[in-house]
Amino acid sequence: MDQDLKTELSKHGIFATTFEELYNWGRKNSVWPLTFGLACCAIEMIATTMARYDLARFGAEVFRPSPRQADLMIVSGTVTKKMAPQVVRLYNQMPEPKYVIAMGACAISGGPFRDGYNVLKGIDRYIPVDVHIPGCPPRPEALIHAFMTLQEKISTQHLTGEARARHLKAELPSEFPVPEFGEHGLEPAQNDEIFHNPLKVLQG
Amino acid sequence: MMLEEIRNRLQADIPGCQVELVVNGSPSAQNSLLIDRQHGLAAARLLREGLQMDFCSNVTAVDWPDREQTNKVKTKQIVDGVEKEIEQTIKTTVPGYLEVVYHLFSMTNKDGPVVIRLRTPNRTEDVAVPSLTPVWRSAEFQEREAFDLYGIVFDGHPDLRRILMWEGFTDHPMRKDYVPPPDDDLEILREG
Repeated sequence: MDQDLKTELSKHGIFATTFEELYNWGRKNSVWPLTFGLACCAIEMIATTMARYDLARFGAEVFRPSPRQADLMIVSGTVTKKMAPQVVRLYNQMPEPKYVIAMGACAISGGPFRDGYNVLKGIDRYIPVDVHIPGCPPRPEALIHAFMTLQEKISTQHLTGEARARHLKAELPSEFPVPEFGEHGLEPAQNDEIFHNPLKVLQG
Repeated sequence: MMLEEIRNRLQADIPGCQVELVVNGSPSAQNSLLIDRQHGLAAARLLREGLQMDFCSNVTAVDWPDREQTNKVKTKQIVDGVEKEIEQTIKTTVPGYLEVVYHLFSMTNKDGPVVIRLRTPNRTEDVAVPSLTPVWRSAEFQEREAFDLYGIVFDGHPDLRRILMWEGFTDHPMRKDYVPPPDDDLEILREG
């Protein structure tokens, strides 16, 4: 529907919308995150939900303690190699549509522990991430900004057609392989389906 | 109690026990005692029972890799009937070893820390030291950590398993020669 016509109609007290818009409006304002904290970023995430920053204003006040009831995984903190399979498993247990915010330097890249032996170099090696937030740790405002970015993404997703959202495409996976503990590290080191290793991109 | 006194007491009471005073040259001057591993457990018992070192606050380990030593030796040789002094450089490899460090305190005497060390002969085949967990229970998890990250085997430990890394992990990440798995694409990119 034409945007100008819609504005014109609303001036006359007529509210016009599409099913897609209404549906996405409902979805984006009731995103329930998973109660799930990994490190110091989790403290900022908790602060974001408390009275001062009040994530409840965005419809995300209900942190669900079960992945079966959650829509959003906030990977808040360092993902150690020992924890990574559990993170992927939790993601697999969430029902579609599901979204992931990688919060903080560690979750997006390994952060200051990148050169260590025990920390995963970014959770996007195993699960698809919708919003990355840098920071160590990011301030609650940054998490709210990430949340609003995610809301924007949800509201522009299409329900039908070729460009429909990922979770509506039957051929795309909603679960990802859980890495296993190997002799020297996690196996595989990344999921090549979703993580594009810059080295391999360079080599073609 | 001075470390020299402790050393003399250990050597006097335990037959055959060799204790070496390791001097720390830094301003902290935190000297330590290197006890030979055969008498490590007996020495620990004596420290606890005889000298009231009733609290083991910290266990850690140090990896000393193999190092190369160069010695210059002057030898006299007769070249063309004339005696000449020839300087030769001889390179020798000094084998490395692993070391466990214990920090002991005495709650009874309000004394400490007394730092003791146990050393393995090398860092590849013979990497065992006696476990001091039977003497100080607080050493249990920290000895497991040293086993996990350094690969030191503690004889007599009640439950020697990896504590931080998973079962099936074969490396010892805190060793100097540890190489992490090549999963760092940025590092590869930086090198070109």
